[in-house]
Amino acid sequence: MILTFNILVAVSLGYVAMLFAVAFAADRRARAGRGGWLRSPLIYTLSLSIYCTAWTFYGAVGYAARSGLEYLTIYLGPSLVVIGWWWLLRKLVRIARVQRITSIADLVSSRFGKSPWIGAVVTLIAVAGVTPYIALQLQSISLTFAAFIEGMDGGMDVDFVALWTAIGLALFTTLFGTRNLDPSERHHGIVMAVAVEAVVKLFALLGVGVFVVWGLGGGIAGTLARIDASPIPMWQGEGGRWVGLTALSAAAFLTLPRMFHVLVVENDDDRHLAVASWAFPLYVLLMSLFVVPIAVVGLERLPEGSNPDLFVLALPISEGHGGLALLAFLGGFSSATSMVIVATIALATMVSNHIVAPLWLSVRGPDEVARDLRGTILLARRVSVAAVLALGYVYFQYTGSGVALSSIGLIAFAGVAQILPAMLGGITWRGATAKGAGAGLLLGAAVWAWTLFLPSFGTAIIPQPVLDQGPWGLAWLRPRALFGIEGLDPLLHAVLWSLLLNAAAFGLVSILTFPNPLERLQGAQFVNVFDQTGPARTWSRSGAEVEDLLVLAQRVVGHETALDLFQAEAEEQGKSGHLPDATPGFLQRLERELAGSVGAAAAHALVGQFVQGPGLSVGDLMAVADEAAQILEYSARLEAKSAEQERTARALREANDKLTQLARQKDAFLSRISHELRTPMTSIRSFSSILQEEGLTPAEARRFAGIVEAEAHRMTRLLDDLLDLSVLRDGQVTLERQEGTLAEVIDRSLLSAGALKGDLAVLRDPAAEALPVVTDLDRLAQVFINLVSNARKYCDADRPELRIAVQRRGPQVIVDFVDNGSGIPAPEREVIFESFARLSGRRAGTVAPSGAGLGLAICREIMSLLGGSITYLPGQGGAAFRVTFPQGVAAAAAE
Amino acid sequence: MARPRRPLFLRPASYRQRRLRDAARLLPVLGIALFLVPLLWTPSDESGGVSNSGALLFVFGVWTGLIVAAHVLSRILRLDAGEDRDEPP
Repeated sequence: MILTFNILVAVSLGYVAMLFAVAFAADRRARAGRGGWLRSPLIYTLSLSIYCTAWTFYGAVGYAARSGLEYLTIYLGPSLVVIGWWWLLRKLVRIARVQRITSIADLVSSRFGKSPWIGAVVTLIAVAGVTPYIALQLQSISLTFAAFIEGMDGGMDVDFVALWTAIGLALFTTLFGTRNLDPSERHHGIVMAVAVEAVVKLFALLGVGVFVVWGLGGGIAGTLARIDASPIPMWQGEGGRWVGLTALSAAAFLTLPRMFHVLVVENDDDRHLAVASWAFPLYVLLMSLFVVPIAVVGLERLPEGSNPDLFVLALPISEGHGGLALLAFLGGFSSATSMVIVATIALATMVSNHIVAPLWLSVRGPDEVARDLRGTILLARRVSVAAVLALGYVYFQYTGSGVALSSIGLIAFAGVAQILPAMLGGITWRGATAKGAGAGLLLGAAVWAWTLFLPSFGTAIIPQPVLDQGPWGLAWLRPRALFGIEGLDPLLHAVLWSLLLNAAAFGLVSILTFPNPLERLQGAQFVNVFDQTGPARTWSRSGAEVEDLLVLAQRVVGHETALDLFQAEAEEQGKSGHLPDATPGFLQRLERELAGSVGAAAAHALVGQFVQGPGLSVGDLMAVADEAAQILEYSARLEAKSAEQERTARALREANDKLTQLARQKDAFLSRISHELRTPMTSIRSFSSILQEEGLTPAEARRFAGIVEAEAHRMTRLLDDLLDLSVLRDGQVTLERQEGTLAEVIDRSLLSAGALKGDLAVLRDPAAEALPVVTDLDRLAQVFINLVSNARKYCDADRPELRIAVQRRGPQVIVDFVDNGSGIPAPEREVIFESFARLSGRRAGTVAPSGAGLGLAICREIMSLLGGSITYLPGQGGAAFRVTFPQGVAAAAAE
Repeated sequence: MARPRRPLFLRPASYRQRRLRDAARLLPVLGIALFLVPLLWTPSDESGGVSNSGALLFVFGVWTGLIVAAHVLSRILRLDAGEDRDEPP
């Protein structure tokens, strides 16, 4: 097989297209609710394999060819962390689930009192640390293209490959990673694509390994003999690096934003960790198994001076195995792409939640904020994706491709490891404070930048004299020999000093400062996450208008999710409808729900804008105290009991109120009905007596007879309605089972209600309406007609508008009728579905109501017969009614 | 009529579970200890140093052993991972 540049590009593009297809299919399955197996422990473990990047795929062989066994430290550290999941990972995953954590910056900021500053600092460190890492992936892709090109004629320039790869990855990530603001911040499509890439790269590396051991090395025994005879000593006596790098890789495994994302954020079951505890070490063991044989055989067979970073690719090429070389190329390509995709998503989430959102909140007033927060955050995420990739590309251009792959990776590791003290301290030590964490993070990051990151650019940023003599001649500040201690390996030197100073500052400042109440509360929740009897409260009392909160929530988490959340809460409190009481517990839950979309700090600020009064009371702080734990548990149980009684009482009270009201309405109904019947009767009587008089002109007689007829009609209609209502209430109604589409029913209703010729503009969604339904269509149309004509009659906007929205949720069909008028005031929403409930005193100046006030009462009866319901939907900007019914008719209702 | 006998100490099943959790906690400690052994080796390129294949086989051998042990423990521990609370310290 002869490889040309075009074949290479075609294969890469084909592979990327396949990834798009996989991600798309997985997203669709998950949305259709059939994604159970997408969430299996196997997929979870495979997604963890993004730890193995192009660095592993190509760089490990180069590393082994230079330093022997040392390359294994990069895998041993994470293996030990995962094997010890019972210590740490379990707690991290639990905390993240309870607190709705979206990223590592969110975790640290949330722990330290939802401080926006800490979140921003962690985000900046992560961006600085991961940028070289992304550059590394671009570099490896461009190197492999160059390796292929070397043997071909023409000697093309392959610089553009890295640029196009970066652009393609930005596209993929924006498409699947930032499509929506998922409250749980989970991406099925991406995880699935990453899992597929994990299989590809493992298969490719094992393929090359098997070829090298059995094809070139002469079997296991032969290969071991070659390893013994090879010039690279496996153990070079570098004990410090062996221990230091193992620890560093263990730290980076926990703090790399992309690892935190797949390990913690995308995890949805503790038990997956149990499987990953052995399956992930097995995966990395297989990935590193053939590294030494490939290095040894490569050194033997390839010409002197070949780049050992490319042995995986160069060996099959030089032996003339084009297919295997292509496989190896794809393996490296998937290692690089999967890492970049997840890393950019994780970083983009952090940048938008911890830098853009807080800035946005601080420059806007609360009213403006809610209006377009969702759009802003999505936009911020997309821009961040592009910006992160652009940064990586710039770094790649700057450092050139002269640096060994492994040393770039280690710079990144040391950078993100600066987050470790704050993170570990935060979840194990209640005394850690935000000021301490901030001091540690800043000092650690500064030392890392000075001793490792900036010198990595060569002498471009730090000139040679400063490297040799220190800045301003201060010798103890030399980047390679802080405090005058020389002779250390530069990497170990940087890691040692940065982490040491970081941890020391963190501990010392924490001891000397006091945490604010919110920090103490969060600290207790994080450290004792397994002992929580219930979430502690951060909102003690509230003047929050629930409807404002609903509007806010709709704008952040989306329309339906917010309505569902409020309805579930209202049910919990024993109330009907969509508006629960703004209890502290509810505010807490709401804040967590918002945190899933915009991060803890921003969510806290958002809810804070609507809630007056201090966030914490003394009583809440009592909950923090350890000594009170026992009393607390007992009182919590009592509280739960009394809360339940309160709920029951409230439900009873509501029922009682309704009964009293109904009794009163019964009386009112009788007097109302006599009144309604007497009015037409009176005019009929008086006009018929006029008709009996002599001397009427025929024209007059016709006019009076007309009035008599019209009044009789009105009476008949009223009696019809009454009859209809009583029949419906008795349930002695036969429903006709008809099939049709919702669009037909709505068409018919609009026609009958005369909405087509009036000035009412009707906004519809033809695609959603093409929904086949089996129910009593005539009765359904009756309900719709009523709602449409109500909107016609009562909508008081200058340009009246009626929006009809249709959606399907499981077996239920939901149709919303929303107009843009002034809506129905809250106190009257309770009674509109009762008989004769024409609202008094509202909408003066509009057409006087002409119905008998039975319309909505009839609607309600019909809907309950059809097995559905009709409710008033608050917080939509106008009068809004939601009609819900089963798509197939309920068997019981159809007799 | 004899009263049903109460177990002498604790229910054996939950006692066993807790000791297995201890084992899961100790496994990485054992791993760290074993991976520190290379520090005692003489470098491969000096006389009397550890052989290349010997060093390789040792590290991969320990690694495989840890994976097998983690597999066995996780199978047993997974059954009760649903139980939320840790034992009190």
